[in-house]
Amino acid sequence: MENRSLVTIAEHSKEKILYLLEMAKEFEKKPNRKILDGKVVATLFFEPSTRTRLSFETAANRLGARVIGFTDPKATSSSKGETLKDTIIMVSNYADIIVMRHYLEGAARYASEVTGTPIVNAGDGSNQHPSQTMLDLYSIYKTQGTLENLNIYMVGDLKYGRTVHSLLMAMRHFNPTFHFIAPEELKMPEEYKLYCREHGIKYVEHTEFDEDVIAEADILYMTRVQRERFTDLMEYERVKDVYILRNEMLKKSRPNLRILHPLPRVNEIAYDVDENPKAYYFQQAQNGLYARQAILCDVLGITLDDVIENGK
Amino acid sequence: MKNNVAELQVAALQNGTVIDHIPTDKLFTIVSLLGLKNSDLNITIGNNLPSKKLGKKGIIKVADRFFSDEEISRLSVVAPNVQLNIIRDYEVVEKKQVIMPDVVKGIVKCGNPKCITNNEPMATIFHVIDKENGVLKCHYCEKEQNKETLKLQ
Repeated sequence: MENRSLVTIAEHSKEKILYLLEMAKEFEKKPNRKILDGKVVATLFFEPSTRTRLSFETAANRLGARVIGFTDPKATSSSKGETLKDTIIMVSNYADIIVMRHYLEGAARYASEVTGTPIVNAGDGSNQHPSQTMLDLYSIYKTQGTLENLNIYMVGDLKYGRTVHSLLMAMRHFNPTFHFIAPEELKMPEEYKLYCREHGIKYVEHTEFDEDVIAEADILYMTRVQRERFTDLMEYERVKDVYILRNEMLKKSRPNLRILHPLPRVNEIAYDVDENPKAYYFQQAQNGLYARQAILCDVLGITLDDVIENGK
Repeated sequence: MKNNVAELQVAALQNGTVIDHIPTDKLFTIVSLLGLKNSDLNITIGNNLPSKKLGKKGIIKVADRFFSDEEISRLSVVAPNVQLNIIRDYEVVEKKQVIMPDVVKGIVKCGNPKCITNNEPMATIFHVIDKENGVLKCHYCEKEQNKETLKLQ
């Protein structure tokens, strides 16, 4: 049996990514449709993540599926020592799709190998989070009208930020120019810069963050600089207020600029930015619903044509 | 003179396998990788023997045992330059080099403590992404590891 699981975005071709974005667009036109009527979606959250879980469960509900699952692994058999394999095989007996978040890296890959039920990776440790990448791509596509030839500025924690790494790799098909803006301790890791060079992706590194640096940006992707990431707390004190986006910094920015953030935000985007029409992070989260609807359909083998037909 | 002794011992094997050019610090790892620890075969293990290539080397002679290609490819992870001499009727009938496979299954332990393979009763799988430098990438957590830091499962 063909395994249609979504474990990592890296396995998707350019055509497949664009195809899923088209499907997300269909769901945005009409989010409520019973295309998964009679299906059961299991959401297994071995690590709590309220935002991602709500988004997936809303996607499943709006498609007419029933949702089962757990949000707290303490209440499940894995706390009694049950293996992941046993849990997955057991749930496979009940559900048509398993959406899972796990604190261990590679958990979703392994799960997809022990069952024929499609697995959707909703985050495995610091490894992959493909539905986040899909919604980031959809947000870029929707606001810019294309994914090709864009100037994408990534700001903040580029060392540990899983979302920026996945986005970087997924964008390889679309000839982007990246600007990496980060403190010395949280710079983009060498392996991703090597990846850029191997794939002919242009990038520029900055440590300063001001209105001139970001003037040419089409997309400003903000991430949180967290105190616990620093080995040198003096360095943290020096940089903690440097990577904060304030409304006055957007004066010189391009009219098509949109500001993205995977959320939750703490203080890295000042609240006065929220009123700026270039702020897009809340709509971005909403786009997550459509992207996840597309993902749930795709892993079950439901095609774009099926979705269009159903919407008539 | 010492060399002659070593050669004499190799030649003294009637049928079996001589594993030669083993780096001295890898000798006992290879003994255990090939499952020779609990074997009741006639086995000679020599270490710190003079070697033109390595300075010092280890050598293992196993009587009446011939290793499969799968078993041999296991050695590639720890000692890619080892050579195997297949002996039949006191003659070296075949010399085999270790070949690095594309995929290494169930031998190496992943160095990432947060990898699923270190937390479930399961075999590891690694993709060999750089054969020359022995760089492996975990099939599950996708972290890369190199020869120097490898641990066996």
